[in-house]
Amino acid sequence: MREKKAIPVEDKGMGAPPSDGRFGDFGGRFVPETLVAPLAELEEAYAEAAGDPAFRRELEHYLGHYAGRPTPLYEARRLSAELGGATIFLKREDLCHTGSHKINNTLGQCLLARRMGKRRVIAETGAGQHGVATATAAALMGLECEVFMGETDMARQELNVFRMELLGAGVVPVRTGSRTLKDAVNEALRDWVATSDHTHYCMGSVVGPHPFPTMVRDFQSVIGREARAQHLELTGRLPDCLVACVGGGSNSMGLFHPFLADGVRMVGVEAGGTGPEPGRHGSTLCLGSPGVLHGARSYLLQDDDGQILETHSISAGLDYPGVGPEHSFLKESGRAEYVNVGDSEALLAVELLCRSEGILPALESAHAVACAAKIAATMPRGSSMVVCLSGRGDKDVGTLMAARRTAR
Amino acid sequence: MNRVDRAFHGQDGAGTLLIGYATAGFPDPETSARVAAALLEHCDLLELGLPFSDPVLDGPVIQESSRRALEAGFRISEVFDLAADLRVKTEKPLLLMTYYNPVHRVGESAFARMAATAGFDGLLVPDLPLEESGSLRAEAASHGIAAVLFASMTTPDERLGAIAEATRGFLYCFAVKGTTGLRASLAGDLAPFMARVRSRCRVPLALGLGISNPGQCREAGKLADAVVVGSALVKASMDALDGGGDPAEAAGELAASLRASLRNR
Repeated sequence: MREKKAIPVEDKGMGAPPSDGRFGDFGGRFVPETLVAPLAELEEAYAEAAGDPAFRRELEHYLGHYAGRPTPLYEARRLSAELGGATIFLKREDLCHTGSHKINNTLGQCLLARRMGKRRVIAETGAGQHGVATATAAALMGLECEVFMGETDMARQELNVFRMELLGAGVVPVRTGSRTLKDAVNEALRDWVATSDHTHYCMGSVVGPHPFPTMVRDFQSVIGREARAQHLELTGRLPDCLVACVGGGSNSMGLFHPFLADGVRMVGVEAGGTGPEPGRHGSTLCLGSPGVLHGARSYLLQDDDGQILETHSISAGLDYPGVGPEHSFLKESGRAEYVNVGDSEALLAVELLCRSEGILPALESAHAVACAAKIAATMPRGSSMVVCLSGRGDKDVGTLMAARRTAR
Repeated sequence: MNRVDRAFHGQDGAGTLLIGYATAGFPDPETSARVAAALLEHCDLLELGLPFSDPVLDGPVIQESSRRALEAGFRISEVFDLAADLRVKTEKPLLLMTYYNPVHRVGESAFARMAATAGFDGLLVPDLPLEESGSLRAEAASHGIAAVLFASMTTPDERLGAIAEATRGFLYCFAVKGTTGLRASLAGDLAPFMARVRSRCRVPLALGLGISNPGQCREAGKLADAVVVGSALVKASMDALDGGGDPAEAAGELAASLRASLRNR
């Protein structure tokens, strides 16, 4: 029998007390002067909206009736049995409308943009999931939408490019730097410096200048709030371990945050790519050092001169040399641990989950599954783990086919 | 007195100062030294830009010059070598323009010391606003370097006052809401913006971003104590370079015509 812990279900909404945007030594607002006032305006508008029951009701309405929440917390019995340790529960964010957790954040931000009287939203995207989610929410709210996407990512995620265009968004190819997510953020910031009076920057992860890391975390915390309540209802107690992938870190922060006070073990999984050498991975917390990029102080992949390094991951969504400042804080404080999983392990995890449970995970989420499989096997029977299945893998089928052909 | 303060105090109504810009290490250390020397013939102050991998405030031209400098193997020490070489030849103020991460990586204290030793007089860090810049401003001051802050059309009145109080040397006013780069015309609301800044700030005002030709320079010069031209000068040297011409001569020629446009305002 499982031990029962008497922990009440917290139903805390958004609107955590306004923070100064600092997570210990991390976070802040390192931006050109032109963006200081727009960020202050955003901070104020968000604080006001988060405290307004009507705004929260509207967001909850869309999350429930449009995005399909709550998502199931599914006990993966065959996978758990195969691994022979902890019981694995999958938080099924892949079942959200548009196929990933990204919609939780874009519904919140697009509602906020409309409330602020902005007529246009812009976004950066790597895998295309945030771009699709932004284009979707923008269509729903009647907002113009432009998505910045690195050319490299446009090639490997062409289905998502087409989806965004179908949804009425413009996709702007970014041809600078490594032509991936980092460069898309640069280009979106450059646009926003010039357009902030009528444009909201819908940041896709818990990165960027204050208030983005706090606001995106709050919108994504619905993942952890649901998972916590569902796990309590299913088992009568809290899970022993949480596992989620970390690119910028929004699905992991969304899962972790409601458990911060609980003492539950938390593991964030970064992209190990093809090796630990510079340029071959996206393991910012495991292999990087503190610095300032995209408006916040956080861990970074950089050289001795502070130039940002190129990254690699088979998953476009984890191919990023930065990470959310709150993750840096959780790492330094020891509250969460961060590990990495390479391309080939992630590919194996895709197959494992397909065969054992009939679920095709996104390559990003497959990193979490691969790590979870390793940890679960070492945990005692009767213990349990929640893995955030942040997105579905349909977008990656082309990459998976190519990888299989190469392997043969 | 710092060379930057001297430059502005010595104005005596003689006209608006011209601040030029060169990307250090573009396209290589030797050529960038020749370009900088040519600019110093005509400019009253010179900004040297430290190439950064992710220049979010820069438009296509400076992005490209930075990329090419980094591709050629630019290291931070080169910007200090460049300044030290120029310092032997000129008493004009040299300003170091850099994004914050290289400063953070080297360490604020070490960076300020290296800049001072090389002969820099001012430091501009466009992604380090008032609230985040306290410790670097203190380090710069202790090494005799003027840490220059920025004002934008989006900056509210109260904040303008606080920035004006904290900046040293001059206040760099952004002439556009946007990134660096060439534009067809100046913003229409430039005059009211500068009047607003002038009424709240007693420091010398420089106007820059998007000012690229003698006509725009003359217009901007009526509103400010100094005009900054960056991308246009980099583009002149880049075009010359790519067309088989002499980048130093091309940048120098443009600087001369910009300089002439500011006389007898």
